[in-house]
Amino acid sequence: MTRRGAAAAAACTAAVVVAILAAFAVGRYPVGPGALASVLWAKASGGEHGLPAAVETVILGVRGPRVLAALAIGAALAAAGAAYQSLFRNPLVSPDILGVSAGAAVGAVLGIFLSQPVLVIQALAFAGGLAAVALVYVVANAVRGHDPLLVLVLAGVVVGSLGGAVIALVKYLADPYNQLPAITFWLLGSLAASTPGDLAAAAPAIVVGLVPLALLRWRINVLSLGDEEARSLGVDATAVRAVVIAAATLMTAAAVSVAGIVGWVGLLVPHLARLVAGPDFSRLLPASVAIGAAFLLAVDTLARTMARIEIPLGVLTAFVGTPLFLWQLVVARRSWQ
Amino acid sequence: MNDALCAERLAFGYAGHPVGRDVSLALRPGEVVALLGPNGGGKTTLFRTLLGLLPARSGRVLLGGTDLRELDRRAIARRVAYVPQAHTGYFPFEVLDVVTMGRTAHLPAFASPGARDREAARAALARVGMSRLEGAAVTRISGGERQLVLIARALAQEAPLIVMDEPTASLDFGNQVRVLDEIRRLRGGGAGVLLSTHHPDHALQLADRVALLHGGRLIADAPPREAITPARLREVYGVDVAVREVVDAAGATHLTCVPASGKGGAPAW
Repeated sequence: MTRRGAAAAAACTAAVVVAILAAFAVGRYPVGPGALASVLWAKASGGEHGLPAAVETVILGVRGPRVLAALAIGAALAAAGAAYQSLFRNPLVSPDILGVSAGAAVGAVLGIFLSQPVLVIQALAFAGGLAAVALVYVVANAVRGHDPLLVLVLAGVVVGSLGGAVIALVKYLADPYNQLPAITFWLLGSLAASTPGDLAAAAPAIVVGLVPLALLRWRINVLSLGDEEARSLGVDATAVRAVVIAAATLMTAAAVSVAGIVGWVGLLVPHLARLVAGPDFSRLLPASVAIGAAFLLAVDTLARTMARIEIPLGVLTAFVGTPLFLWQLVVARRSWQ
Repeated sequence: MNDALCAERLAFGYAGHPVGRDVSLALRPGEVVALLGPNGGGKTTLFRTLLGLLPARSGRVLLGGTDLRELDRRAIARRVAYVPQAHTGYFPFEVLDVVTMGRTAHLPAFASPGARDREAARAALARVGMSRLEGAAVTRISGGERQLVLIARALAQEAPLIVMDEPTASLDFGNQVRVLDEIRRLRGGGAGVLLSTHHPDHALQLADRVALLHGGRLIADAPPREAITPARLREVYGVDVAVREVVDAAGATHLTCVPASGKGGAPAW
């Protein structure tokens, strides 16, 4: 590993550790690093930690699951965004580009409208996200003789805006006292209600999506030169693209079905990661995972502690993400030029 | 004929927009074939079809006797390398990374290049004299340097045949000479090179055969002295040209094309 690579790895690891410690240390019931370490050690070794039971409840039952969910969802969104930016050769692409968030939102909103339990709402969101991207992919493949990327993006825009229309219709029809607020909160994104079960449900899909991206890291590099060059270098561009889209969709759908719409992570974090680790996907992917995890956990910690009431996560990622993105656009264009 | 790339009565172009037809052309290891033709004449489209990047409209392309349609991209890339016209690129990969991408066809599907691939890439960079740019961002070097990097990438691909789309287009005089020398060395090492060029002189100096693409058809496919005549150049480019012998610094004679000044005439279109 080069010196730059080692420094980048150290910086990313440090960001994750700091974000975790800070998440436990602030809030209505602060837990210091010492208490955190002794409770975790006691759990691992089967011993006693000698701290009040409330501390253990906060760590294992309340904040721990939320911290893990934030880490996993941030990592998933950032990894999907990094893969899409390489695939579409465009640094302004986010994981939503092919309609996964719109599809997931339609699923969740319908679930809320039909007064389904949380688990069904999550399942509908997940299925909606996958279905939207599958529709986009099938439509794009039916169109021949054009730049396949352009057709994909156009189909994504169309399906996304159809999703927006469905959501608007359901909101219009929804009961304004119970369902409409629930829909609005879901669309704003939040981790406030995350349970260990949520994480258990989302984690396998996120890991299953991450594995092909890691395995295809070199071919994703080659594909970012463009279809034609990639094919002339021996890469089956169509197959690699299909796998990347499937993997990124799986991860994003899993993340969105648990947390609702959380924007900006998938757009902003790959930029920051490219700034730190360079464009080589074999370093960009781990850097995106680490920075995405740290970023979303830090924003979620802010969301939970900044004000008396909790600020919706999707709103705060935009408030934090916009200045960061503008800064990097003005000052640090190096990441894509 | 085992490693040859052969077009048989090829028609090429895009849906609803045919570009050329009835093109039969062969490239064998150990020979240099130059393709001449006017701007917009379909040279790049022909190359893309020969490489299987664009489906043939009719006719077929054979690689080592097998129809391209029956070969996967990896099998093709191991036997034919492609040097496209250089573009800026999208992400600031290091030059060595870009050259190492030439090794992709030799890697298993899920593998990343290893130390041996990096060494092959470094050797290829050294051959085109670009070693000093190894760690530079490919988006930050000049167009000519980028062209040489793409040539190095094709060398790292270690294919017996190389197709080059105007490899000297954005190069200064010295680098043009270097690229032509490198193409001669490749031929000396047994490789076959098909290149398009706008310089009849390069074709005269370098090529074993010259193909002239005009109006979507090959109007010549012959040794350079037979293919490049004043009459043919007038037909293809619409300018009056004399072909003269010159003696170089080492005492060898070459043919060169000298346009008649002020007689460019009306463009062919």
